[in-house]
Amino acid sequence: MLDILSRYDILGAFWMTIQLALWSAIGALVLGTILAVMRVSPVAVLQKLGALYVNVTRNTPLTLILVFCVLGAFYILQWRLAPASAPLSTHTFLWAIFGLSAYHAAFVCEALRSGVNTVPVGQAEAARAIGLTFTQSLSQVILPQAFRGAIAPLGSVLIALIKNTTVAAIIGVKEAAAIMRVIIENETGSLIVFFIFALGFVILTLPVGVGFTELSRRLAVKR
Amino acid sequence: MFTKKMIAIAASAGLALSMAACSQDAGTPAADGGGAGDKITIGIKYDQPGLGLKEGDTYTGLDVEVAKYVAKELGYEEGDIEWKESPSAQRETLIETDQVDLIFATYSITDSRKERVSFAGPYFIAGQGLLVRADDNSITGQDTLGGKKLCSVTGSTPAQKIADQYPDVELQEFGTYSECLPALLNGTIDAITTDDTILAGYAAQEQYAGKLKLAGEPFTTENYGVGLKKGDTELCEKVNAAITKMVDEGAWQSAIDETLGAADYVAGPGNPPTPAACS
Repeated sequence: MLDILSRYDILGAFWMTIQLALWSAIGALVLGTILAVMRVSPVAVLQKLGALYVNVTRNTPLTLILVFCVLGAFYILQWRLAPASAPLSTHTFLWAIFGLSAYHAAFVCEALRSGVNTVPVGQAEAARAIGLTFTQSLSQVILPQAFRGAIAPLGSVLIALIKNTTVAAIIGVKEAAAIMRVIIENETGSLIVFFIFALGFVILTLPVGVGFTELSRRLAVKR
Repeated sequence: MFTKKMIAIAASAGLALSMAACSQDAGTPAADGGGAGDKITIGIKYDQPGLGLKEGDTYTGLDVEVAKYVAKELGYEEGDIEWKESPSAQRETLIETDQVDLIFATYSITDSRKERVSFAGPYFIAGQGLLVRADDNSITGQDTLGGKKLCSVTGSTPAQKIADQYPDVELQEFGTYSECLPALLNGTIDAITTDDTILAGYAAQEQYAGKLKLAGEPFTTENYGVGLKKGDTELCEKVNAAITKMVDEGAWQSAIDETLGAADYVAGPGNPPTPAACS
């Protein structure tokens, strides 16, 4: 049964999983930071918009978001993230990254907001007292400390994201879960197949967990 | 304090055990005893129009019709049948763990599956087909697929065949065929490909009447068998006899006309099949 490993490109599939996770993590971090800034900003409209986005996105199943991205946005509305001449796999890959980023941005935003809450109010007051504007105090004083306080929850979001990439199989991205479906179809499902893929994900996520715990310990702001 | 904890642990363990026992009871096969009064558990698809579809309490489709006929020949009335959903990836496990007695779920007979279960039948020979828009005449069969966009289900055998043997075809894979349909209807996908029976089932649905058609001849052979416990030749032979009788009586043909006929579906070459010897 272990000859499965040689007959199917499992490593290639996990490489696709890593690529999906990496790009989506970057996308989610950027979008999530913007959302967090909106939610802690003094402008009521931005606060409400940020809250609306977070509440809608994180309460929508990821499956639905990804199917909407590819079936709704790409096929029905024909919105493209790449030139029309690009192969189909490029389109679905980009939409998968878009969907995963959009979904996890809501969780990144909330993780960052919890980080902001670790920064004592005195820091913000002091920043304003020495004449920094809102933007300056946010980017120079609050956010750097907030990121350091939010590292542990951000690690959890990243681990969840890595595992959630498997949902992209249902829109045709050739990552680990898609290859697993091929193997189950051809070889019948068995515990060994399950363990191979479970092990693959443990290998991916365990170092992330250890690394982020170590980072959060080292970078924590000593008060 | 310690004893209290131990009691709690013992109680929860007991609860878990009794739950496990319950689920085993529910799955006890009726096949060994047989005969009227007992129940028979039959695995079917719940989401495949024309083959196995659950709508409320009613089950329709070709697999369901054949299953009912075979069950009757085995001595079970329609009321004695307990239907159980059998998604493709779980079929072998459902049989091996005695959760079902028979499986009629577009279950193609393959060598790797034979290592874990036995098959009666085949009761139908399907083949990979193409479903296109009714007004699209550019696809007439497997040789006219160059540069086209096809849609199928992630990891399925038809999807693998397209990816392996037709490199100039662009393949979109979704979780289910239902997601392919809107893209096919609005023209962004050119064809859906899988077993012609499944395609005919979709084409026969009311909301797609006149909008879709099957193009060309089937270009693979899928032998739909009845999955059962490995090595149970006695049951296998009974099922085979029932299938043969169903074909001879004409009930087989009328079941096809009833379930897939609305799409002008004609059973492909090789039908009606002769059940293979049990082993």
